[in-house]
Amino acid sequence: MGTYSMQDVDALVADSLASVAALTSLDELRAHEAELDGKRSPFAVLQKTLGALEPDERREAGARLQAARATVREALDARRVALEADERVVRLTRDRLDLGDVVVTSVSAPLAAGHVGLVPSTQRALEDVFVAMGFTVADGPEVETDWYNFEALNIPPAHPARGMWDTFYVELGDPETVLMRTHTSPTQIHLMEEAVANGTLPIHSVMPGRCFRRDTPDARHLATFHQIEGLVVDRGISFADLAGVIETFTRAYFGSDIASRLRPAYFPFTEPSAEFEITCTICRGDGCRTCSQTGWIELGGCGMIDPAVFDAVGIDAREWSGFAFGFGIDRCAQMKHQIADMRALIDNDVRFLRQFA
Amino acid sequence: MKIPVSWLSEFIDVPGDLDALRATLDDLGLVVEGIERVGEGLEDVVVARVDEIHAIEGADRIRRVIVDAGDGPVEIVCGAMNFVVGNHVPLAPVGAVLPGDFVIAQRKMRGVTSNGMLCSGRELGLGEDHSGLLILDEHPNLFVGQRLLDLLGIESDVVLDISPEGNRPDAWSVEGVARDIAARLSLEVKSVATAEPTSATPTSTFASAAIDAPDLCGALMVSVVRGVTVRESPRWLQRRLEMAGMRAVNNVVDASNYVMLELGQPTHPYDAALVKGRHLGVRRATAGETLVTLDDVERELGRPGRGLGDTGVDCVIVDGTDTVVGLAGVMGGATSEISSSTTDVLLEAAFFQPMVIARTSKRLGLRSEASNRFERGVDPRLAPRATARFVALLQLSSPDLEWLSEPLMASGETPERPVLTVSQAESDALLGTHVPLEESARLLRAINFEVQIDNDVMTVVPSSARLDIRSGLAGRADVIEEIARLYSYRRLARRTPTWPAPGGLTERQKLRRTLRDVCVGFGGFEAWTPSLGDDDDFDVFHPGVERLRITNPLSSDESVLRASCVLGLVRTWARNAERGSGDVVFFELGTVFTHPNVADTPRRARGGADGASDVPLPVEREMLTALFAREGDDATSAVAAWSVLAERLRLADVVVRAAEAPTGWHPTRFALLEDRASGAVVGRLGEVDPDVVARIAPTGRSQQRLGVMVISIDVISDGALATRRSEFVTVPSRFPAAAVDLAFVTPTSVNAHDFAFTLRHASDLVESVTLFDVFTGESLGDDVRSLAYAIRFAADDRTLSESDVTAARAALISAAESLGARLR
Repeated sequence: MGTYSMQDVDALVADSLASVAALTSLDELRAHEAELDGKRSPFAVLQKTLGALEPDERREAGARLQAARATVREALDARRVALEADERVVRLTRDRLDLGDVVVTSVSAPLAAGHVGLVPSTQRALEDVFVAMGFTVADGPEVETDWYNFEALNIPPAHPARGMWDTFYVELGDPETVLMRTHTSPTQIHLMEEAVANGTLPIHSVMPGRCFRRDTPDARHLATFHQIEGLVVDRGISFADLAGVIETFTRAYFGSDIASRLRPAYFPFTEPSAEFEITCTICRGDGCRTCSQTGWIELGGCGMIDPAVFDAVGIDAREWSGFAFGFGIDRCAQMKHQIADMRALIDNDVRFLRQFA
Repeated sequence: MKIPVSWLSEFIDVPGDLDALRATLDDLGLVVEGIERVGEGLEDVVVARVDEIHAIEGADRIRRVIVDAGDGPVEIVCGAMNFVVGNHVPLAPVGAVLPGDFVIAQRKMRGVTSNGMLCSGRELGLGEDHSGLLILDEHPNLFVGQRLLDLLGIESDVVLDISPEGNRPDAWSVEGVARDIAARLSLEVKSVATAEPTSATPTSTFASAAIDAPDLCGALMVSVVRGVTVRESPRWLQRRLEMAGMRAVNNVVDASNYVMLELGQPTHPYDAALVKGRHLGVRRATAGETLVTLDDVERELGRPGRGLGDTGVDCVIVDGTDTVVGLAGVMGGATSEISSSTTDVLLEAAFFQPMVIARTSKRLGLRSEASNRFERGVDPRLAPRATARFVALLQLSSPDLEWLSEPLMASGETPERPVLTVSQAESDALLGTHVPLEESARLLRAINFEVQIDNDVMTVVPSSARLDIRSGLAGRADVIEEIARLYSYRRLARRTPTWPAPGGLTERQKLRRTLRDVCVGFGGFEAWTPSLGDDDDFDVFHPGVERLRITNPLSSDESVLRASCVLGLVRTWARNAERGSGDVVFFELGTVFTHPNVADTPRRARGGADGASDVPLPVEREMLTALFAREGDDATSAVAAWSVLAERLRLADVVVRAAEAPTGWHPTRFALLEDRASGAVVGRLGEVDPDVVARIAPTGRSQQRLGVMVISIDVISDGALATRRSEFVTVPSRFPAAAVDLAFVTPTSVNAHDFAFTLRHASDLVESVTLFDVFTGESLGDDVRSLAYAIRFAADDRTLSESDVTAARAALISAAESLGARLR
């Protein structure tokens, strides 16, 4: 670029725009950027001459120069975008590969061990125990309606028991009608409704799955977590059957020296309800910090299906009875592998994942 | 709820063994979350006067203090700064053992010997304050050398932190907990002192009360206590409130709080002089009405909130001018608070409908000890006894008060107490354990249920404190739970049931396991990426697409439901690459979501009896997503992995068909996986758009190619969409096969899989067609490439002759030519 005076600003703009338009590659643009708009540009040179002017003149000339320089800068930016797009097209065209033409036998990859996630592998082990006990496995949606997640489970709108679950609501329909399921219990409602509709009672199922809770993750809790629940609806099912299933499962999964026990609790969807505790897996019952010296740790909740739930799904509570139970898959994994911080489960750090088969 | 054992002892003879007590409470469903010993370890702590304070050279956080605890000057090194010469402070002398088994020994710091410790409130287990020493000067009658326990008038105590379940309104009181223990241990429950009206003047001559909303308020009892001296409560009473986690205020408020904690009835005292017309009424709040609550916040009432089922009904207390003076059952108003000048008190003791209180409390985000109890259900018959107890407590500090006779009783609708029947057979059937009805009756009577047994059928009317007990079949279950609870779950039988139906996994569940096994087989690490992300991440693959939002996210980072797992895996890779372990394959099996407005097959219906109501629901699809990020990986790695997967799934013929790439994918390295028979798309293969990689990758990895495979588990688990090879297999021919390699110059518009398909069906003798080389070069011309296939001919019934092979070869060439190809 040549030398320009303040009188030539219009010419400078015209010349600069012409130069910008003539740039044909990003490399060229980078090479010439400084002379067009940078420290070496006529704009920068002119800027320095402003100091000699009277204040009023300086202000006016300065503004003109700024505007002119902005015009060039905009053109430069636009050119850069255009050239980048062009070059991307060129690059992508050169990169073109018809994936139908890939000769699979010539693709080589290193032989290396992979690793199933800890939660799915725990889930698989739990499913295997329950399948061996005669349970089928059921799946259900992760986004649910208020009916399946709460109301059919005997938790009407505004019921204080809803405070037990911090819920993420989805922006669909009326407020608070669609939500991220807070437990896998809605799958129980689906199962019972389907069994009633198809006349296929009894039910002996477990339902594992992902759940969501509006909560900040910490070492013991994650906002996204996994549960497995069980549901039995049959004739002549009693609390003794529930306690027996819990005990059989506990020994089968955790080991024959780990026992279970029940204590009263409250869940809107079961009556009688219980929490179930198992022998502390750390100290094997001797008492330690983890179990607050009691030798027992809490695992989950359970109980006999509440008649109100049967009523909601249209099962005759005089003919059928049943029980349900549920606990955290992540928590089982945490206990089994003594994971100090649950957040490791969502970090997906290969150094962590590598430790599991 | 915190209950001092000394308080419990007013009702029952509490067993001495604390571990046994805890076990009993746990087994009753009154879970003990903590046991705190207060005052223990304070036996040796004495009152000391600060006589001198000196700086210690070279130390600015500790000082040398001379105190006197009655036996002459004692030198102490102390880190607190909140005291001056002349203050009285607690001294733990050498040898004392403070709470937490903290033994005080002689120590030397900076050359100064410390002969004990001056203590903060927290160090003594007397509160949370740890900002400095506990200054004792405010206590009258204090003297140097006095035992701290004597000065504070406290004995060591044990505080149980009990967490009653949501269906146990009765257990939110000392008496309720005592009653449960008594039932289990067959103990007598003592009653506490109550007062009788002290004046012949009827209450109605002084005040009035009315219920205008009988559906919201079941009972309103208003009493008048005149001539009250407002002052501090007795020290023991204050101390109990403190141990229970409440602050002592003045004798009137304290008595009200004490009764609530003790019996479970919240009451509200008003300064009668500040209640216009000396009238208390209960009505619905009108929409938009406001009230300044005791916490100095102005609340707008009577308007529905956002919550489901919120009708906007608020129950309020009004004065004689119909002005709102309190939010019923939740919090009082600021205008009629008890103050030091109060002499006449109106005491409100009421029963409010639990759901009304629950909704109001939830909508306003206002929880109080009172609302906590009312929303669970306070005993509708409790008000008279609670009032009498309140007066008795107030008399301790204001003995000359006058309680007017015939307190006002207004009534509305109270829940009916159900009459339930439980037969021996029903109880046995639900519990699976035979608990004789006589035993059940004894247990239920111990918690004030009315029970009659007639011919193996027990008729039960629950205690009015147990509003959770329902009617009908549900109520029967409630009663049987009470029996089991008091009898002890641990004494119930266990039996492992069996049933004829076998257990097992569905085909889809088995498929998931297969997918995981295959991915692990090719070296994949299974990841778990977030289901919720932000708009920017969503836009990488689905710009401008309508998305599902969380109404109440904790942060914008987790406000949108994912529509793909790819970005989650890219981020997972980037984070590992930053740590130097980016040479890896990640995969995930996860659910992705589509907004019903943009879904092909929108899901609707709320479910349940009125399930016809229209609720739009997201479409959920389950995807297997794999990201190939090892050195040398690119889209071809994804293709190779897919071919392994297709084999494992016994898919008959899936075409890898180049297609226009969606946003976020590499535009010229993308293919759809198309089931030849059904035409269904089972998945996608390709690479992540290099611009996306450059944006997310850590320094030094921005050029990395990331191969991607996305498989729809919904499609491949559907036999009609993903066509499987027949289970009836072909036994390979026992006669030798002829192998021929053929290379064709083929238009790039012809897909290599389609081409192979044509070759395979060009002659009955074709056993297999395998692509082994692809060549592109200027020598061939534009828009064509050479595809070389290894072809095997065979027949089931004979060794092929030369002419067989020639004819078959010619048939293949001719078929190829029909697609515009020529033999090379």
